[in-house]
Amino acid sequence: MNEKYLPLLATIAVFIALFVIGGFLYNNFLSTLVLGDILADNAFIITAAIGTTFVILSGGIDLSIGSMIGFVGVVIANLDVVGWHPLVSAAMMLGFGLAFGALQGLIIDFCEIQPFIVTLAGLFLLRGSCFMINLDSVPIRHPFVASFAAASIPLPGGGFLASSAIVMLISLAVAIALAHFTRFGANVYAIGGDRTSAALMGVPMRRTTVAIYALGGFYSALGGVIYAFYTSSGYPLAGTGNELTAIASVVLGGTMLTGGIGMVAGTLFGGMIFGLIATLINFNGSLNGAWIMISGGILLFLFIVLQRSIVGSLRLGRTT
Amino acid sequence: MKHSANIEADAPSISRLRAIAGHRAVWPVVALALIFVVDGFISPGFFHIRIVEGRLFGNLIDILYRAAPTALVALGMAIVIGTKGIDLSVGSVIAIVGAVITWRIHAGDPHFAILLIALGVGLLCGLWNGFLVAILDIQPIIATLILMVSGRGIGLMINLLYGGTNPSFISPLLQGLSVGHIGLIPTRLILGVAIFCALWLLIRRTALGLFLESVGGNSAAADLTGINARLIKYAAYLICALCAAWAGVILAADTHTSDPVSVGLYIELDAILAVVIGGGSLAGGRIYLGMTVLGALIIQALTTSILTSGLPPEYNLVVKAVVVIIVLLLQSNNLRSALYATLARQPR
Repeated sequence: MNEKYLPLLATIAVFIALFVIGGFLYNNFLSTLVLGDILADNAFIITAAIGTTFVILSGGIDLSIGSMIGFVGVVIANLDVVGWHPLVSAAMMLGFGLAFGALQGLIIDFCEIQPFIVTLAGLFLLRGSCFMINLDSVPIRHPFVASFAAASIPLPGGGFLASSAIVMLISLAVAIALAHFTRFGANVYAIGGDRTSAALMGVPMRRTTVAIYALGGFYSALGGVIYAFYTSSGYPLAGTGNELTAIASVVLGGTMLTGGIGMVAGTLFGGMIFGLIATLINFNGSLNGAWIMISGGILLFLFIVLQRSIVGSLRLGRTT
Repeated sequence: MKHSANIEADAPSISRLRAIAGHRAVWPVVALALIFVVDGFISPGFFHIRIVEGRLFGNLIDILYRAAPTALVALGMAIVIGTKGIDLSVGSVIAIVGAVITWRIHAGDPHFAILLIALGVGLLCGLWNGFLVAILDIQPIIATLILMVSGRGIGLMINLLYGGTNPSFISPLLQGLSVGHIGLIPTRLILGVAIFCALWLLIRRTALGLFLESVGGNSAAADLTGINARLIKYAAYLICALCAAWAGVILAADTHTSDPVSVGLYIELDAILAVVIGGGSLAGGRIYLGMTVLGALIIQALTTSILTSGLPPEYNLVVKAVVVIIVLLLQSNNLRSALYATLARQPR
């Protein structure tokens, strides 16, 4: 079997194992109801993380995700107050996400500043813009948002696939197609594998870099739209720290931060593992939120060590 | 030489300008000066320093005072970044140190021992990060992400050790080190300068600095010349965690409480920014301690200026982002040469 699928399989195995453990511990845990809830609750962050997967596959990083989620929600909510249809403002914000990401990509490539710093400035800029618009949570009262939040497809076994989860799964399918069946996807993997070789092979570096960050911006804006519609509000602090959860989801999903290795589909399971842990801790009731952070750290550690050992064996395989 | 005489006459001044503009210290100094000039226009009393209750007061002192924790963290960060690493966990280290200090004070330990315990905890965090980066060879950004994600949770768990109901504390020793003053000068500034001097001597007057920069420049090459790259990287993370622990002592004593969720939030980002504004490259190989402190001062000067200028504090982040972007863009060679090209074309 191909070794590049090992981290992905490990992620899926961990997810199933955690789910089964939950089933042993609590009645009614092993159900499509819980699964549907996890998908719906984490749809926004998984969507954002899908875009980050491309950025990380190319060897970069995007810290502006969390602020983008907050900013998109705040703008949509405020435009709702002045009477814009949520779909129109959402479409506008998706365009904004695309443009903002593209600008970040352009600065990274043209000015040769590290992605970490450029997207960090993006984090400050977007979060600051949230605070400048307003400091309180603004409800979105348009009936469309309420019907979107309520819409769902029934699953066998009493569960529901919420509309946010459906949007997430569709965007995942698009991302998988982009990553594995287009020239752009191949270019992303090439840049992540070895920048210099990719440039020498004729990969259009500037265009690809701009496209990668534009895609990242688009997906985080989409995550913001999902979050705003799901919660029916725009809150300037929404998404704080979510950039780290998204990056951690990507890493848990088997993508290497060094770039070039990983699969978009893994991010879905990486994000779901985080959601599953939170759900497990909520089911327990006596554990507090601190455990979510600590178990997240422990899982990250285990996965990274696993990845190291797999990569180590790959390298050994090559030299012998 | 195809250029006309007209251009050649201009050439020396342009090249001198270019040499000055290319020097790493120029743009950060210009940025700080600009901030102060704007401050001077907005609030005429900005530079006024007076003595109140036997200590110095004024905006300039306030900038130094508040920049101290960030500058300390940034110094450690500069060393880690010099080895081509990064330490995202400094905020978590601050949270853990604060929680441990409060826990031990509630347990009734002597306060001097608590100070040592706090630094010991920082050392422990550094040992963990160093182990992941130097021994297991994990990418620094992800290795330190582990402690960053879980550290604040650990802090919350430590708070639970004494019930966690009333995490406030009073300690004359610790608060003396943080908010006290010796003569006219705040103690944390004196200690900060002492730590800076110690680090400067360590980096610039021993071989360690050379080793650190060579490991950051090319780890494999440094290893081949006989430098123990693992040991050097390990040392960098230990120093960084110790600096963060000291910042944790200052912040915990300043707020009189343990608040793992919000203490030192985003300080890792500010510290990294300070290093980068100071001309440090995330690609490693360079350590500029003085410039890093300058970077931290720029960040704090901005914050203080926004507060004194009467702008709503909500504008803080946006202004900070804009200034940071401008400083970074000015430091970019590519953009500067593009600017020179357009400037040189214009007169004709």
